[in-house]
Amino acid sequence: MRHLIDPLDFTKEEIGKILDLAEDISENTAAYAHKCDGKILATLFFEPSTRTRLSFESAMMRLGGKVLGFSSANSSSAAKGESVGDTIRTVSCYSDIIAMRHNKEGAPLVGSKYASVPVINAGDGGHQHPTQTLTDLLTIKKETGRLNNITVGLCGDLKFGRTVHSLIKSLARYEGIKFVLISPEELRVPDYIIEEVLVKGGHDFREVRTIEEVMPELDILYMTRVQRERFFNEEDYIRLKDSYILTKEKMALGKDSLRVLHPLPRVNEIAKEVDDDERAVYFKQVQNGVYVRMALIMTLLEIE
Amino acid sequence: MLKIDSLEKGIVIDHITAGNGMKLYKLLNLDKLDCCVAVIKNAKSEKYGKKDIIKIDGITCVDLDILGFVDNNVTVCYIENGELIRKERPSLPSKLTNVIKCKNPRCISNAEEDIDHIFYLSDSETHKYRCIYCEQEYTDNH
Ligand SMILES: [Zn+2]
Repeated sequence: MRHLIDPLDFTKEEIGKILDLAEDISENTAAYAHKCDGKILATLFFEPSTRTRLSFESAMMRLGGKVLGFSSANSSSAAKGESVGDTIRTVSCYSDIIAMRHNKEGAPLVGSKYASVPVINAGDGGHQHPTQTLTDLLTIKKETGRLNNITVGLCGDLKFGRTVHSLIKSLARYEGIKFVLISPEELRVPDYIIEEVLVKGGHDFREVRTIEEVMPELDILYMTRVQRERFFNEEDYIRLKDSYILTKEKMALGKDSLRVLHPLPRVNEIAKEVDDDERAVYFKQVQNGVYVRMALIMTLLEIE
Repeated sequence: MLKIDSLEKGIVIDHITAGNGMKLYKLLNLDKLDCCVAVIKNAKSEKYGKKDIIKIDGITCVDLDILGFVDNNVTVCYIENGELIRKERPSLPSKLTNVIKCKNPRCISNAEEDIDHIFYLSDSETHKYRCIYCEQEYTDNH
């Protein structure tokens, strides 16, 4: 029995298989409508995240399965002080597979140790969110036709953005990826990722402070939110925030084959005017999130 | 009575950084052994001025895995029939279970009791250990 707790729990080959399956599902969705007949997914959201929960539930329903669960800690037994281990043991009896979100880092790993069914980490605090990473990889693969020889710009909050860290670690397994890290000094990629992943792996990377200077060379621009609360003072935030907002003018500098991704929800870091640009694929990315979760559920349930 | 100088059979953990002797005694769970154990504090050391020494009399199969984590100056001497049969420097353990605790307040290991505190060796050159739950690096600020 397998779980998905960390995006790197699966080998590159295993991820390749999941992405291939997800692509097939996206093209022949109807053929998969009964793959999980009679199966139950439990969505245990100790921390609310409507978007992620609905994506999981949609994925299971599109496979013909059923869903049960809770959407916040206070509507669950955790509010009465039950341990993660006990909750997971109990819910293992009610379901065939579990998607679990928790505000404490590592809680899904603890859960997986007690589970008698596969556990998927649906986000553990600021730590990991592997199905977002799979979604990002599927979107890059579908949009560019490949996962190697890509110049990827990652923009915004690269310090606290967990989706960025996981994406860097995952893409670092492919050949010929050039990383362009676009952030204010205050929100740089943490040193340990630079040293342990990029330098050690001998990857081509550089750090820049503006989108404009690198826009023409990018194949992928991965945008993230720059949050006000990450800054020590309001002045720095106001001074910097506009540099990391994607506008029509900045898009004009990009290649025709550029694709813009964002894990969503966005606030103002991508101007609404960009939505109509064909190169903006963040809503397709949401759709891909359902397909990749369908592929993941089938894989963990070992359904052909 | 344990003779400090001559062991017939046993283990001598030598060159322990002065002051670490009792800490090791506890972390190695030597208090749970039935045999005779001596902790010698502040012995004279040619190399370091002072050192601690632990002598375990009678047995040679003690789990010394965590030695390398706590103090990598030490040498371990195994004695049989009054003779030194093996001398080794401890290596870094690949995993530490319930030896240290994660300092990340957002980590599940600090939110629930009854969770084993487990760290893995993430970089053997720099001796870095990370919590298996949140991956935060362990830093030793005594
Ligand atoms: Zn931890």
